[in-house]
Parts: sequence; C-alpha cells; structure tokens
Amino acid sequence: MLPQVLKKTDLGAWIEALAESRRVAAPILKETSPVDPKDLKFAWDYVTEPADVRLDYTVTVLGPKKFIWPSRQTVLAYSLAGDPSPKPVLEHEPQVLFGVHPCDATAIATLDAAFAKDVPDPHYLSRRADTAIVCLDCSRPCDETAFCLDMGSLYPETGWDIMLTAEDDRYFVEIKTDLGQELVRSAKVQAATKQDMQARQAFTERKRAAFHTQLPFEVKYLPEVLDASYDSLVWEAIARRCFSCGSCNTVCPTCYCWDISDDVAMDLTKGCRVRRFDSCQLDTFAEVAGGENFRKDRSSRLRHRMFRKGKYILDQTGRTGCVGCGRCDRACIASISIKETFVQIAGSR
Amino acid sequence: MTQVDMNVAKGASAPSPYVPRMARILAAEQMTETERFFRLRMEGEPLRYEPGQFVEVSVFGVGEAPISICSSPTQGDEFELTVRHVGAVTGALRAYKAGDRLGIRGPFGNRFDYEAMKGQDVLFVAGGLGLAPTRSLIRYVLDKRKDFGKVTILVGAREPKWLLFRDELQAWVKRSDAETRVTVDRCDKDWKGCVGVITRLFTQIRIDPSRTWAVIVGPPIMFKFTVLEALAAGIPEHRIVCSLERNMKCGVGKCGHCQIRNVYVCRDGPVFTYDQVKRLREGI
Repeated sequence: MLPQVLKKTDLGAWIEALAESRRVAAPILKETSPVDPKDLKFAWDYVTEPADVRLDYTVTVLGPKKFIWPSRQTVLAYSLAGDPSPKPVLEHEPQVLFGVHPCDATAIATLDAAFAKDVPDPHYLSRRADTAIVCLDCSRPCDETAFCLDMGSLYPETGWDIMLTAEDDRYFVEIKTDLGQELVRSAKVQAATKQDMQARQAFTERKRAAFHTQLPFEVKYLPEVLDASYDSLVWEAIARRCFSCGSCNTVCPTCYCWDISDDVAMDLTKGCRVRRFDSCQLDTFAEVAGGENFRKDRSSRLRHRMFRKGKYILDQTGRTGCVGCGRCDRACIASISIKETFVQIAGSR
Repeated sequence: MTQVDMNVAKGASAPSPYVPRMARILAAEQMTETERFFRLRMEGEPLRYEPGQFVEVSVFGVGEAPISICSSPTQGDEFELTVRHVGAVTGALRAYKAGDRLGIRGPFGNRFDYEAMKGQDVLFVAGGLGLAPTRSLIRYVLDKRKDFGKVTILVGAREPKWLLFRDELQAWVKRSDAETRVTVDRCDKDWKGCVGVITRLFTQIRIDPSRTWAVIVGPPIMFKFTVLEALAAGIPEHRIVCSLERNMKCGVGKCGHCQIRNVYVCRDGPVFTYDQVKRLREGI
C-alpha cells in the first residue's frame, strides 16, 4: 500500500477507533520530576484515554515486551481433586502496541525468532500473533547511552505493521503488512503527496546525521571479539562491581529466560504452573538440585550475559541479542555498561 | 510475510510443549535412604525413548524436575526412573507408590550413540547416581550383547549403602560376557569388595584403546579424574562420552537454565563427547 499521511490532530480519534476492536498499549506520561519540569518519566501502559498517549516519549524503563512476554504467565492448569487432567493455558486477546521505537520492534523480532524456533512456544506466539505493532521512527538518540545504530536496530525491516514518522503537523504512515492495512482503515489518512514524500526523505537524512556509531568495530565482528575475550581479565574486573541483582535482565527487551513453579488454589482443589522472568545474573540460576553450581562466579555470570547478548542469541536465532537500547546500562546500580564492555573487550587480550 | 512471521503464525496454534501426559507407577522401591526407583507406563501411547534421554516429572501442586531414564527401550513399553530426594519435587516423590500417577513430559535430549559403538568395546564408568543414566545404555548393550565387543562395567559409590541396583550389579558380576567391578570409597568390615575411588579400578582392567568407547557418568569431580585415566589408557577424546547434569526446566531450549555457552543441554545434550565438553569449557 502506498504511504499515507495522518494529521496529528486526528491521532486521538484513530486510537479511539482502534480501541474498539483491540486493547491499545502506548507510552504514557507517568511522572514529572518536582525539581526539573523537563525530566519526564514515561511508561508503557494500556490506554484508557487517547489524550494520554505521548508519542514524544523518550525510552521507558521497561519496553513494550511486557505485553507479549509478561513477567508472570500461567501456562498450565490442573485439578488436584481426582484426575489432574493438565490443560494448557493460552491467554491472549487482540492488542496493538502503539508507538514502538525501532529498537523495541527489533527486540520483539528477536523474541519471535527465539520462541518460534525448533519447538514452538504457543504461549508466547499466540499472544504475539494477536499483537499489531505500530512503530514510531526516531529522529534523534534517546540519550548518549543508546547505541542502536551500532547494533543495527535503528532501521528495522521487519517486526512492525505500520511505521509512523512525525513531521510538523502530521505523521507519515508506512504500511508493511495486511494487518497494518486493516488498522489504517479506521484512521483519517490521505495519500501522501510528493511534498510528504520529500519531507520523509529529509527526515531520513536528518536521522542519519543525528546518530553516530559508538563501538570501535563493526557489529558483525562482535561474536568474534567476544570469543577472543573469553579468557580476558576484563570479566573479573567488571564483575567486581556487579551486585548480581538482575536489573539488567529485568529491563532487557530481548531477555526471555524464565523460571517455572506451581501455584495451588486456596481450597487445594486445583493448581496451575506459572512462569516468571528469571535472571542469569542471580547466583542460583545455573545451580542444580544437588547443590552443584555451574556458574558460581559472578564474572562467569556476567560474561554469560554479555555473550548471550552479543553472540549466543544471534547464533541461535539469526537475530541480534542486543538492540543497543541502553536500558541495562541505565538500570545498573553499579554503572556497568554493556556498550563500554563491548568497547573494552575489543582492546583486551 | 517473512519466514519468522510465518513461523509465529504457525507456532501460535502449535501444541504446548509444557503439558505433561499422565503415567501410572507400576512399581516403586526405596533403593537407598535417598534414592527411589520407579517403573512407569504412560497412559495411552507408550513412551518412545532412547538410552541417555530424560523426562520432566510432574508432581502436581509441587512442580517439575528433570530425571534421567534409567531403563533401555529394549525392555519394552515401560520405563524406569531413579530419583534422588534433593528438592521439593523429588522429596515429594518419596511418598509415591505403585498405582499412583505422575505427569511426564518428554523424552528430551539426544542419546548415547550406540550405533557408533557397535562392534566396538564399551567401557562404562558410573559413579553414584551416574549409574542411573548409564544403566539405560548398559541394559541396551547387554540386551543386544552380540552387537558389541568387550563390555566392562565399573561402578563406584561413596559407601556400600549408597550402591544402586545392587541385585542387578550382582547379576552383572556373574555374567561371563561382561566384566563388572564395583568399588566404594569407604566401608566397614562387612564389605568384601574393592575399596577406593573409582579410578583405581583402571589398574584391574585391560583396555584396547583402538576400539574402546568410554562412557563416563558421575559427579564432576569423578568425571575429571576418570577422563584422565581414559586418556592415559589411550582412548581418544571423541570416544569418551559423558552425560551432563544441568537444571533443565523447559526441556525445549527456551528457559535458559541448562545453557552452557551456546549449547542447550536439554536439547543438544545431555550426552556429549569429551572433545565437545572440552571445547565448551564450562561443561564440567
């Protein structure tokens, strides 16, 4: 479908129309700092009031991953009175993630590949298949922590149905999929004119000028750079600061390791099996029942995370394991930076 | 639509890999103070498995635990598990007896490559609970005895009271077509057999390194030293086989707990050759 344009004043009406057939999640202003009125805190949430949607948002603590890969998800239900007859629990309803930044769209595409690979995981995939993604292109880096250009997540080819680009009083609307086309039907769009196309072109050029690479090597070399660093002293040096709190995993848009446990109903007649986010940085992550711990040292756990982000997920899924969003860096109370680590190992032996 | 998008659409309606099927316990026996043996049969389709694979055992209301299958498919439609009581699920299994039902997922993982071992000598070295996964292949090899060359079975335990499959060990010792030796680390005067760590048994056996496969399963410390013995005997690294213990939670290469570098033990293992383990570095 040819590109369209939507007036910014018509955005609310579109969101309202979308909300009739699916839940809409979008970035919303949650808090303003009492000392600095310019310091705004945004978060992803389901929209109750279209006017709350803030497409001028900067990066959130948690990405939109949580709507597809919730921190807690029931996967199995069974009876404890008589025959257990365990049944799968698939919880999904149509939703649209509205205003997803390119890095997060790229991250979702990584999760898609991981969960669809080999043995498919319908608990994730059914939610994903019921989710439309309206992407919002970035005109400038969120802050100096982000390194999305390096990690190849700034210009996502897939992982979205519609791409919005903000330009003056309008959005340039690109449609990628059939689902995107269906969603656009309820928007008051017009065919993009030659001027709109030129404006989009100008946006792309401004965007290119605004982002700069930060790693001293091309990302295609990252797996090899990591491999060469396996025995480096850098891991021990960085891990000395690590508290093994797992914040990095919690905020990461591509982390998907989980733990699973049984919950029993109060009346003991039924139970369910629930999976929750887990973190490879916690000291029990690789422990077995007998007490043997296969990643006892903090440095081996830290290295494992960096390797997963820079190499293993890529090897396994063909998609990047780190999108350079910078969330783990911002969340780390010990100021450990994945970007700085990638820089450091390039120069270490 | 990209390939991944198509896989997402297809996978959305795929059967959940996390739903156990029910199995009936046919026999249960407390083998030692901490280990319990179960013989089970699936309700409906029997479990189709290979030596070296494992299952996820569900105790509803408690959880799930990965357990090696200790029987061989040559034994028929039933399958056997040996469970050590160490956690919540395995602790709950203490109370399970014949007639009770359990949830089973699987089988998962690769297998011992018995095809490659055919016509060759096989040396089994099993320490402690390592005898459980090893037994799946021992039983297979003994049931298809003519397909294999010389068979040597070395079994070690901390003390006589921790020895598993005692009756079976005795039967193996009596066999003329296999050499079985059992040792314990320490004992009282009632024990008439060998005393000492399992590597000591290597001085009592003869190995033809040009045609021997060594299958070594036990705690990491035992594996380390036994591998040295096998290498010293001249067995090449790619014919030394082990089964790794990890916290396999999902069984399908997703949850991340059993990951060693780029390998998911639940999917790519648990059986690895020593040259593979050596390259992994974090294996043992």
